Amino acid sequence: MNNTACAGNRGKDIRSDCYVELEILPSGGIDINLTSKVEALYGKSIRKLVNKVLDYFEIQHAKILIEDAGALDFVLAARMEATVKKLIESDKDYLTPILPENKRDFAKDSFRFSRLYLPGNSPKLMLNAGIHHPDGVILDLEDSVAPDRKYEASFLVRNALRSVNFYGAEKMVRINQIPKGLDDLRFIVPNHVDHILIPKCESAEDIKWVNEVIDVHKKDHGIEKPIWLMPIIESAKGVMNAYEIANAAENVAAIAIGLEDYTADIGTMRTNEGTESFFARSMVVNAARAAGIQPIDSVFSDVSDMEALAKNVQQSKALGFDGMGCIHPRQIEVIHENFAPEEKEIEKAKKIVIAFKEAEAKGLGVVSLGSKMIDPPVVKRAEKTIKMAIETGKLDKSWTSSG
Amino acid sequence: MDKYSNLTKNAAGRTVPTIINGGEHIPFQGVGKYKPTGRKFGPKISSCADYPDDGNKTVENLKAALINSGLKDGMTISTHHHFRNGDLIANQIFDIANELGVKDLRWYPSASFPCQEGLIKYLEDGTINRIEGSMNGPLGRFTSQGKMKGMSILRSHGGRYQAVQDGEVQIDIAVIAAPTSDPFGNANGVDGPAACGLLGFALADSQYADKVIVVTDNLVPFPCIPWQIHGNYVDYVVKVDKVGLPERIISGTTQITKSPDRLLIAEITSKFCEAAGIIYDGFSYQAGAGGTSLSIGNYFGEILRKNKWKARFVRAGSNKYPVEMLEGGLIDYILDGQTFDLDGVRSMRENPNHVNTSPFTSYNYHGKGNFASMIDVVILGATEVDVNFNANVVTHSDGYMLHGIGGWQNCLFSKCTILPIPLFRDRIPVIREEVTTLVGPGELIDVIVTERGLAINPLRQDLIEKTKNSGLPIKTIGQLKDEAEAICGKPENIVLDDELVAAIKWVDGTVIDAVRKVPT
Repeated sequence: MNNTACAGNRGKDIRSDCYVELEILPSGGIDINLTSKVEALYGKSIRKLVNKVLDYFEIQHAKILIEDAGALDFVLAARMEATVKKLIESDKDYLTPILPENKRDFAKDSFRFSRLYLPGNSPKLMLNAGIHHPDGVILDLEDSVAPDRKYEASFLVRNALRSVNFYGAEKMVRINQIPKGLDDLRFIVPNHVDHILIPKCESAEDIKWVNEVIDVHKKDHGIEKPIWLMPIIESAKGVMNAYEIANAAENVAAIAIGLEDYTADIGTMRTNEGTESFFARSMVVNAARAAGIQPIDSVFSDVSDMEALAKNVQQSKALGFDGMGCIHPRQIEVIHENFAPEEKEIEKAKKIVIAFKEAEAKGLGVVSLGSKMIDPPVVKRAEKTIKMAIETGKLDKSWTSSG
Repeated sequence: MDKYSNLTKNAAGRTVPTIINGGEHIPFQGVGKYKPTGRKFGPKISSCADYPDDGNKTVENLKAALINSGLKDGMTISTHHHFRNGDLIANQIFDIANELGVKDLRWYPSASFPCQEGLIKYLEDGTINRIEGSMNGPLGRFTSQGKMKGMSILRSHGGRYQAVQDGEVQIDIAVIAAPTSDPFGNANGVDGPAACGLLGFALADSQYADKVIVVTDNLVPFPCIPWQIHGNYVDYVVKVDKVGLPERIISGTTQITKSPDRLLIAEITSKFCEAAGIIYDGFSYQAGAGGTSLSIGNYFGEILRKNKWKARFVRAGSNKYPVEMLEGGLIDYILDGQTFDLDGVRSMRENPNHVNTSPFTSYNYHGKGNFASMIDVVILGATEVDVNFNANVVTHSDGYMLHGIGGWQNCLFSKCTILPIPLFRDRIPVIREEVTTLVGPGELIDVIVTERGLAINPLRQDLIEKTKNSGLPIKTIGQLKDEAEAICGKPENIVLDDELVAAIKWVDGTVIDAVRKVPT
């Protein structure tokens, strides 16, 4: 039997992470060989945590090598647990404390202008993700994690869901492609994930499978919170099935498109203009609207070109999308700025909403603005615009009282 | 001789020695409290009868110049750091001293750099007794481990000038590496193949040292114009093949940061300045050459452009970013203490509005005022800040001395001092219960800006009032500390040796703190 396992990252450029090597021995007690950049300030607490984890898994004899580059407890614990579980079978999970902030639930139609991708095995990028105020953070278990690191990443992602403060962002996880992704669910469903992204989704079947497994874990752990799904369409087949996917279950809150894979699938290249994906994007928007959920656009990958990003967002908004992914925190502000309603739109929406309220107060069945009649969908859209304007800081909450 | 003795508690509550390396030193008494009387130190009288009438002071090499200057045991040798990590001369001086069997020298650099790591062997064999100057990198580590024979004394740039004027440090031989000089010793930093900008840090040395040696690789016929160093102070001129590596003056980060977290800190800082009304038509600022500071300068530029305003002057550390603002008409003048890249050097050479300055004009405590206190806002760094806004820039939280003071202490006298710093660095919280080493008293530090919010010193009710409705994430310093500890865990108390290895001077020459040995 192999009795040595390792997890984590090491090297001179590694920050906020650690590398752990564990060897389980038949005798000799616990021997911790720790080198840490933060030894002077956290040496004792690191050793204490290592002992606690070993104790929890009833390991009495082991040699542990740790190269620490300022890993926080949730990282160290994840790395430790990954090495332990590579060596022994255990049903127990060593869970780090759950932050009260991370227990918040999100509504199905919460704003999802921006969602920031975070590689699931890179703790450093997780720590400060929330301070840039994306609407959602995506802890990614799929493409950004190397195949041989996926196992250790699932512990890190699980602990991050509990213990990293994302400052109000919706906690999303992109699982692996179905069926492999079904196995990721046991790490995240019991640990306060808000939203699950299903990559390379091609049929309503994928959604059903995911929901079946989610329900099992929910029942096992007595979880009642809503867990939303965002299937990502990344193939020609997925595009053709967009509506059935969007409509597959009540907890599908949004449907997204992933253009890198899609353009490869249809045998073309992705361009900044995006003419090659016009059909697919429109299909996704249409499918989402027909199902009453949010259409979400692909990421824009040139992180240095903010002007091109702004154009891309404007185009996306014009096509009918409600949000898009981002791969760099500096993209968030540009995305919010450009998805947010314009001054003109807000002014018009204000007039419509006021007219509607006046009509309501007077008990009138018909709303009119000037000489024009206003249909109920127009009122609804105006209300949504107002909500977005408040959310994006473009309008004060008490706008009605201030006129 | 003991390294130090007579420990006492100074006005900041820090235990400091009053006898250091055999000399008497005054404990810190409070900001602006210590004002010595009497007359400044006078350099030795020289007579031009002793110097060649034809003005040719060249000697064959540095060794000859040092021998002619009477190099002997126990002397104080000074150098400047305008070449930063591209200095080639300091190492040569001590190679020669070692070859001549000279011992117990005191090195008085305006700062030391990793390129001088080779001097550790001379600190070990007794050629050099101690370094009194800002220490970076390996020399700081060596000193922290208690391996230096004498006790180190760290001073700010202004404090270095003050120590010379007080006669506390009497320089025997000043060696001034100069990119251009004439045989009379008139020298400048803007011309020549190794142009490094200016020579302001060597000004006091030239005026007060017993002997002054100018070393250059670009010897021009008299007169060398402009002369930043007056040949009338110079004893010997030495021509060498290469005086320094100007490409290495670009040390540290001199690019605008790409880190989203640091950009956020920079953005909050500039928004704060805008909300507090610190930025106006004709304002002035000083920002360092670090990535965050440079990006704050960039944001200031945007605010100026938006309002069609100009800054009257910028104090620098210049590099291409303030130079672009000067050339783009956003700044009237750059008052520059050291250039950080070759764009800075070029601008200083070509643009009369890019002016070279010295610690005398900018920082000196014994001047009749100085520029530092006239600046509207200064952006500085720190390794640690405590809940009373006291800051540390010399030691890390593990006790190691890894940075110099530079002009940092002097700059605290600006109208508003802002420290934009991350709340924690690789798990180490920056805001502590008490700083490991006190370098700047909290009463002079106005605002701490982190990526998770900013704290305003309660002494600055005016700033608190002006920004209370700004929508900025304003917190108390205690809240920031708690927030960092919630993320990183509460740091353990570090264990340091009782032995002291270095004294930290305040701008007025008093001892504000002492650095303890790190156990090895």
